[in-house]
Amino acid sequence: MYSNAYIFKYATIMVILVAAILSAAAMLLQPLKDKNIKIDKMQGILQSVNIKAEKDSTIPLFNEYIVSELVLDPAGNIISEYTNGEFVKGDVRAFEVDMKQQLYLEEQGEDYQLPLFVGMVPLQRSDVRDTLFVVPLYGKGLWGPLWGDIAVSEDFNEVMGVYFDHKSETPGLGAEINTMPFQQQFYGKKIFDPDGTFVSVEVVKGGAETLSDEMQIHGVDAISGGTITSKGVSQMLKDCLELYVPFAKKQI
Amino acid sequence: MSKEKKDREPLFSIKNRRLLTNPLNKDNPITVQVLGICSALAVTAKLKPSFVMTLSVIFVMAMANVVISLLRNGVPPRIRIIVQLVVIASLVIIVDQFLKAFVFDVSKQLSVFVGLIITNCIIMGRLEAFAMSNKPWPAFLDGVGNAMGYGWILIVVGFFRELFGSGTLWGYQVVPEGFYNFGYEDNGFFILPPMALILVGIIIWFQRAKNRDLIEES
Repeated sequence: MYSNAYIFKYATIMVILVAAILSAAAMLLQPLKDKNIKIDKMQGILQSVNIKAEKDSTIPLFNEYIVSELVLDPAGNIISEYTNGEFVKGDVRAFEVDMKQQLYLEEQGEDYQLPLFVGMVPLQRSDVRDTLFVVPLYGKGLWGPLWGDIAVSEDFNEVMGVYFDHKSETPGLGAEINTMPFQQQFYGKKIFDPDGTFVSVEVVKGGAETLSDEMQIHGVDAISGGTITSKGVSQMLKDCLELYVPFAKKQI
Repeated sequence: MSKEKKDREPLFSIKNRRLLTNPLNKDNPITVQVLGICSALAVTAKLKPSFVMTLSVIFVMAMANVVISLLRNGVPPRIRIIVQLVVIASLVIIVDQFLKAFVFDVSKQLSVFVGLIITNCIIMGRLEAFAMSNKPWPAFLDGVGNAMGYGWILIVVGFFRELFGSGTLWGYQVVPEGFYNFGYEDNGFFILPPMALILVGIIIWFQRAKNRDLIEES
């Protein structure tokens, strides 16, 4: 039989040992993990402007196509600009601004900053590059966070591409939001109605064809079996894009 | 001492091979012992997550069995379940950290399942029933065997659910476009968890039809 003292000693040593091993593993691997997370974020932004990047080619492609990073204040004024590897104005890179944190600040009624990426991407013809704005997105799904990027045209109205990802949505159901068939539906959709009122793009349960004719341009089909995730995508688009309306009004 | 050495059984003796092969069929954790059903429902909507889950469980189960088997003489019985859980959870976290650092996209696939591996009752069951009272090598074989017994069911279920539910395998379209033009539709029911249960039921039916001795007398 083991004494209580032995059990306590055993448990204490075990816990300390395990804690040491786990923290060592976490700390030693941290730089590699950070690099992967950074590359993943870049890949998301590139994917929203329809550029597929492999792990090794991500950083050069990002530097080539994402020419400028802007940081906006709530009124839509540019407070920081980082172009071609150097600061033109201010000292904050949009890449370092976390959308999740800024949404939280906005909800608390505090001052917040908005990250915005400017891409120069050959969309129709390989020799002509179109200017695009890429807005990072962050929201809630059924089981965990959703995030992504949406690329819009120069007048901030037409959707040119999207990228969504999720932490833990159900495979085969909500997790379908990161597949091409779902994302392709967004191409060409409009964020503002003809009067210039903000509408966003809605993910519609039962299909976009159930909407009225003038709303068709603002709707895409939801995923059957993934209703809550689909609603999460709608809400995420609305919440994030709404903050950029002041800036968008200046572009039209 | 020296006599014992002579009698040492070979690494793959019949008894040891049984440890590896029994869980694949007659002692299958899912279809015979009906353990680990919850994760079998959750991850099998697609083939790829089923496969990733299988690999992770093989690794964690084999390692946890070996570690617990090495510790078995010192573990105080009153806190043995806690010790087992600590071992499983640490292994899973270490695996997750390595995946995040070296194969980030696989780790994105796995993220949902990390928690599920820790709570997988098959792992706990094997630690408690086998590793606590056996030497490391048999414990290792037992871990690999049971994880594979669990894994092949997952892969079979995942195969049929993805094929009929989404018309794809491993993410690639396999049902030809032409079929859809003739009115073929993917069966959404296959995507939903109940279908996993029905498929597991069908596997159990087949297995018992083949092995009459598995049928309980009532």
